[in-house]
Amino acid sequence: MAECHPVAYQWVTEARLRGAKVIHIDPRFTRTSATADKHVPIRAGSDVVFLGALINHILANELYFKEYVVAFTNAATMVSEDYQDTEDLDGLFSGYDDKLNNYDPSSWAYATEGEGPNASPGTIGGPAAGHEHGHSGSERSAGDEHGSGGPALEHAKVKRDESLQDPHTVFQILKRHYARYTPEMVSEVCGISVDDFHYVARAVTENSGRDRTSAFVYAVGWTQHTLGAQFIRTAAIIQLLLGNMGRPGGGIMALRGHASIQGSTDIPTLYNILPGYLAMPMVGNHDTWDDYVSAIGNKQQKGFWANADAYAVSLLKAWWGDAATKENDWAFDYLPRLSGAHGTYQTTMAMKDGQVEGYFLLGQNPAVGSAHAKMQRLALAELKWLVVRDLQMIESATFWKDAPEIATGELSTEKIGTEVFFLPPASHVEKAGTFTQTQRLLQWRHKAVNPPGDCQSELEFFFELGKRIRARLADSDDPRDRPLLDLTWDYPLDDEGEISSEAVLQEINGRHLSGDKAGELAGMYTELKADGSTSSGCWIYSGVYAGGVNRSANRKPGREQGPTAQEWGWAWPDNRRILYNRASADPEGKPWSERKKYVWWDEEQQQWTGIDTPDFVKTKAPSYRPEPGTGGPDGLAGDDPFVMMADGKGWLFAPKGMLDGPLPTHYEPQESPVQNPLYGQQSNPARRVFPRKDNLWSPSGNAPGAEVYPFVFTTYRLTEHHTAGGMSRWLPYLSELQPEFFCEVSPELAAERGLANGGWATIVSARSAVEARVLVTERMTPLVIGGRTIHQVGLPYHWGVGRDAVVSGDAANDLLGIALDPNVQIQESKAGSCDIVPGRRPQGEALLRLVEEYQSRAGVTVETSNQLRTTTAGASGSSKEADA
Amino acid sequence: MGFWQHQLAGPTDPSHDAAWEEPEPRKGFFTDTSICIGCKACEVACKEWNAIPEDGLSLTGNSYDNTGSLGASTWRHVAFIEQTADRVEEARASGRRLVDLGMPALRPPDAPQGSPSAASGTAPAGLEGVVPTAVADDGSLDAMAAAARTAHATGTLPDFRWLMASDVCKHCTHAGCLDVCPTGALFRTEHGTVVVQPDVCNGCGYCVAACPFGVIERREDERDDKRGGGVVSNVGVAQKCTLCYDRLGHDQTPACAQACPTTSIKFGTLAEMLDTARDRVEVLHDNGFTEARLYGANADDGVGGTGSVFLLLDEPEVYGLPPDPRVPTADLPDMFRKAGIAAVAMFGMAVAAFAGRRR
Amino acid sequence: MDAKRTFLSWPVLRQVASGDFLGRGPAVTSQRTRDLEPRTSTADRVVQSVCPYCAVGCGQKVFVKDEKVVQIEGDPDSPISRGRLCPKGSASEQLVNSPGRQTKVLYRRPHATDWEPLDRDTALDMIADRFVESRRRTWQDHDEHGRPLRRTMGIASLGGATLDNEENYLIKKLFTAAGAIQIENQARI
Repeated sequence: MAECHPVAYQWVTEARLRGAKVIHIDPRFTRTSATADKHVPIRAGSDVVFLGALINHILANELYFKEYVVAFTNAATMVSEDYQDTEDLDGLFSGYDDKLNNYDPSSWAYATEGEGPNASPGTIGGPAAGHEHGHSGSERSAGDEHGSGGPALEHAKVKRDESLQDPHTVFQILKRHYARYTPEMVSEVCGISVDDFHYVARAVTENSGRDRTSAFVYAVGWTQHTLGAQFIRTAAIIQLLLGNMGRPGGGIMALRGHASIQGSTDIPTLYNILPGYLAMPMVGNHDTWDDYVSAIGNKQQKGFWANADAYAVSLLKAWWGDAATKENDWAFDYLPRLSGAHGTYQTTMAMKDGQVEGYFLLGQNPAVGSAHAKMQRLALAELKWLVVRDLQMIESATFWKDAPEIATGELSTEKIGTEVFFLPPASHVEKAGTFTQTQRLLQWRHKAVNPPGDCQSELEFFFELGKRIRARLADSDDPRDRPLLDLTWDYPLDDEGEISSEAVLQEINGRHLSGDKAGELAGMYTELKADGSTSSGCWIYSGVYAGGVNRSANRKPGREQGPTAQEWGWAWPDNRRILYNRASADPEGKPWSERKKYVWWDEEQQQWTGIDTPDFVKTKAPSYRPEPGTGGPDGLAGDDPFVMMADGKGWLFAPKGMLDGPLPTHYEPQESPVQNPLYGQQSNPARRVFPRKDNLWSPSGNAPGAEVYPFVFTTYRLTEHHTAGGMSRWLPYLSELQPEFFCEVSPELAAERGLANGGWATIVSARSAVEARVLVTERMTPLVIGGRTIHQVGLPYHWGVGRDAVVSGDAANDLLGIALDPNVQIQESKAGSCDIVPGRRPQGEALLRLVEEYQSRAGVTVETSNQLRTTTAGASGSSKEADA
Repeated sequence: MGFWQHQLAGPTDPSHDAAWEEPEPRKGFFTDTSICIGCKACEVACKEWNAIPEDGLSLTGNSYDNTGSLGASTWRHVAFIEQTADRVEEARASGRRLVDLGMPALRPPDAPQGSPSAASGTAPAGLEGVVPTAVADDGSLDAMAAAARTAHATGTLPDFRWLMASDVCKHCTHAGCLDVCPTGALFRTEHGTVVVQPDVCNGCGYCVAACPFGVIERREDERDDKRGGGVVSNVGVAQKCTLCYDRLGHDQTPACAQACPTTSIKFGTLAEMLDTARDRVEVLHDNGFTEARLYGANADDGVGGTGSVFLLLDEPEVYGLPPDPRVPTADLPDMFRKAGIAAVAMFGMAVAAFAGRRR
Repeated sequence: MDAKRTFLSWPVLRQVASGDFLGRGPAVTSQRTRDLEPRTSTADRVVQSVCPYCAVGCGQKVFVKDEKVVQIEGDPDSPISRGRLCPKGSASEQLVNSPGRQTKVLYRRPHATDWEPLDRDTALDMIADRFVESRRRTWQDHDEHGRPLRRTMGIASLGGATLDNEENYLIKKLFTAAGAIQIENQARI
């Protein structure tokens, strides 16, 4: 955090000065470790063992926050008797499908109350909010949809045992699942001593409860694993058990790395979702409007996602205006359909295979910044046309003359047929608009000056491009062009004659289209309707322009406000600064403690109040109990704080939504020198692999050839640079602070391999080899894993090969391959296998020979490490027959 | 001696000595290295504000320090020092010895006490004058401090530590650079700081040799700055930190202190800075971090104390700072006095000899 | 400047007159020094903005003089950052005024070995042409079971995590309407 988010770290520093304890868990000793109370080095990719052992410790020693856990989580909820755990199946859950290499998750569902003979025992599912197969779920990165709430359930009539004793309760399942995750196992798998484990366990549990809360803070490297989403889930389980969710000083804080990366997920430039985390329709699943609506949110489930139809209709009205009518299902058929996973890596591979003609790069430098950067560059060379919009002449714009593949002979400038358009954009001070920062806070940036030369904002560029595309199709009667021609694309212009960003923000906020309030801006998402009388480009942002006031531009100085600074910017939803903050009060609505008072029920006023906007129906008393079977927000009881979850509870166990298992389980990375000591199943059986000749992997675990790539490498950022360098390597003031690509190694590894501080090293993976200057440092710690010393090599990934930047160097991302988390299709870039040798790498074609020589020595083939199931337990389709 | 008494050595108010009619309270930095995160925002903010050119693009191999040292084109420099447990133990012991010797940086025993905190562990933290921005929940700050006082927390000895410290011009009470400057290019400001006037400096370089900290330097040649865009200014002229003289004149915080994310670099009147610094050392000592010590806070040292005070966690040499800096002109009064006595004595002897001969 | 002041401003006289006998204080200050003013005070206007690097969202104050950004520093009003910036945020002015910054449209023809200049309007037209052509060429109306797809897999995009919400909104809206589904950004990287 000190390393990559230094200004946010001021709050950590201040908390420490007030007595807070800061523990840093990271493979290497960083600037955060240097100022923490304790640094715990961990083997990259072994996080679930460490966190799972914490869960085990909390449960075994009864250190959980019992009242919170029973009332607010699904601990007491019963799970289907068909469910089988990884403990039963050697690392697989019930429902693994060997044909599709994914799970059928139906056996993970909640048990339902037996209501007559037709109740489907063991599942909440059915045609509506049914249990989509993990394969199709993964294809559409369904995990991303949970950016603002949990998945749909058919209803919320679940069986509960509040004594937590029934063996089918989530609580008991959790206990059994993590029983083997012991401090000794942590020592063996993570390389963390038993003492250090106990230090962390004591610190976290002693600092949680009524009077105290602990926070987990991660940077998004945590997501860059083949089970990245499960890493975060493990932390969520701990925080729910300790009662640290929805409370001040608690939670899990994702420190994201780009100014509006939160915004670019909320209003996604992502293939699989529409604004507000609504699913992009998928062929086969969502062929009709009715299929779609019932899949995204069910009227029988609890909470605000039950109104997903209102959010979807309002979006379609914002896009297609009068052309979206009830008769044409709100122009639902104007939406294109997914048929598989179309994430950036699948797109790159398709591009390399010649299936993509045109590509827009908007402030992105994949030739340096994406995994398998070599494949990225080779793919760019197969395009017909490429548009690069960037402040600097980045490597992705100059690949046709500067790519290292030209030196190796794999590419030649004259043979590259890609037509490249380079267009300079406006900088952040040359346009007005909002960024959404990492806490969901929208902040308006005023425009300071006009952009120089040809520079122009993305807003203006795409507005213009859209106008020109529409003009070219104006006379078309082809139905395929209707969505473009019917698109609402008439925006007011500002003083400079450019599209007004305020007008776009108003469209996002939404409007009343008919009725009493016709023409007024929507005040909040609860005003949105499914009958076509409202529009909203992104329902969760509804309210940012409430009352015609741009609330993202609120700028009351922090020092003049209370701790939640509600009048600075605007947070979605409804300006709530802590989500699910109903949980900061006990089931009766009283603060858990005076010290941790945040939102509570005011008996006199008969409403929720506090220092934040209550994330709850304002006048719903804690004692309120809905009629059984009530759906939607009305179905939430007065003590159901998790208002976006279909049962109102925090999910320790995920009966739905996670594609690789309802509980996080330790698997080794796609490529690992270590054999999974917990299960026969080596790696995540549902991960996404791409067996291709240009995407090879080293052997893992005990497989022959693993010793050829004996070390673990991990990639990361430095304070002084920004991602692929487009905003730092061109600036002299930042370049001089970290001028060269380097690798960090321990003195022990340096001695073993003959590496000299300040000298050169060549790092070889199964994909490529790069050269880096060597920093020998005690900050890298060799870890003893299963009695064997494992060395880790640290690689910052900011440099790339080109001629235009102030500083350049080999790209660490050349070493990475493409293997993805199944939930969200994010690559594993934090753990890989490599060798390291002294000296610079061979130049030209000799580089290819070196990489091939390693591959052949290790016996690498297209199949290596790509086998998904590696245990024989729980054969396909056997889950139903097996004893529960 | 009157006017001359403190002009070249000893504790004094330098702005008053430089004859500012209405000197401002002396301004200075307190750099608390125990909360530095080594982000180098100070280096960049300084360069950006003062339009200092890029200063070299090679990797030093010395931890994360690719800046090297202060110089004509580096007015803030963050040092990175990697240490193993044995060295930490030595630092702690040497700090303890300083206390035993009556470390002059510590306040007299009757002065008000700082509040210790519950901090313990590998890297020091401790309560200080932070302004609570969150709700004052049952005065928890005091409560925690009290709990810590009874707990007598001690800093456990880490296996390893990574020290980071942002260095800057010391703005000495008796500034060698200023005292040897023959042109009046260097001057003492109304804020008590020492500033070069590039339009006056003739580049003679006397100041470079006179600085006991190696801070001031002549910008030697026009670097290849085509990447930096601008024409490099002030070539051939002595350059160093101005403590943002232009900003100070308008009640603005110096660029480095304004940027510093963790307030490791604090700015204010020197008196406040010294107070804060002494409180902080006390807190750290109470928590067992006896390696903490102040640098530049002793008005009786060889430069009369500095306007930039540092809290260090090891011997100054470890950070590349001279352990006992002495301004070359510090001895001038003594030398003049001795020379005077010698002259008087010689004159006396001459007179005596002459008188003797006459007798 | 009248003769008397000029005369009295002679350094030696100033030294004596001011009591700064050693010539270390006000007596030696030059006109330039006495006139020094920070560009934060001489700016024509100050605009509140947000740092473009990481997602902490630190407040920035942008100082503008003669329609040029002359300084960017932390905004003390921000409850997030309280006026502080990291090295990257502190380098924002250099990002905006960077000498390496490209301000002209450039075009590389297929198989060419160098860039050539191109008018921005022409570039936009050429891109629109290519967009329409590629879309037409790679259009998929139905899958093999006859279910509607209504899309193109021939046009893709990457980027958006440093763009404004309004910009991402327009990109998503346009591409989706055009049937281009392969829109991605850093959030998946």
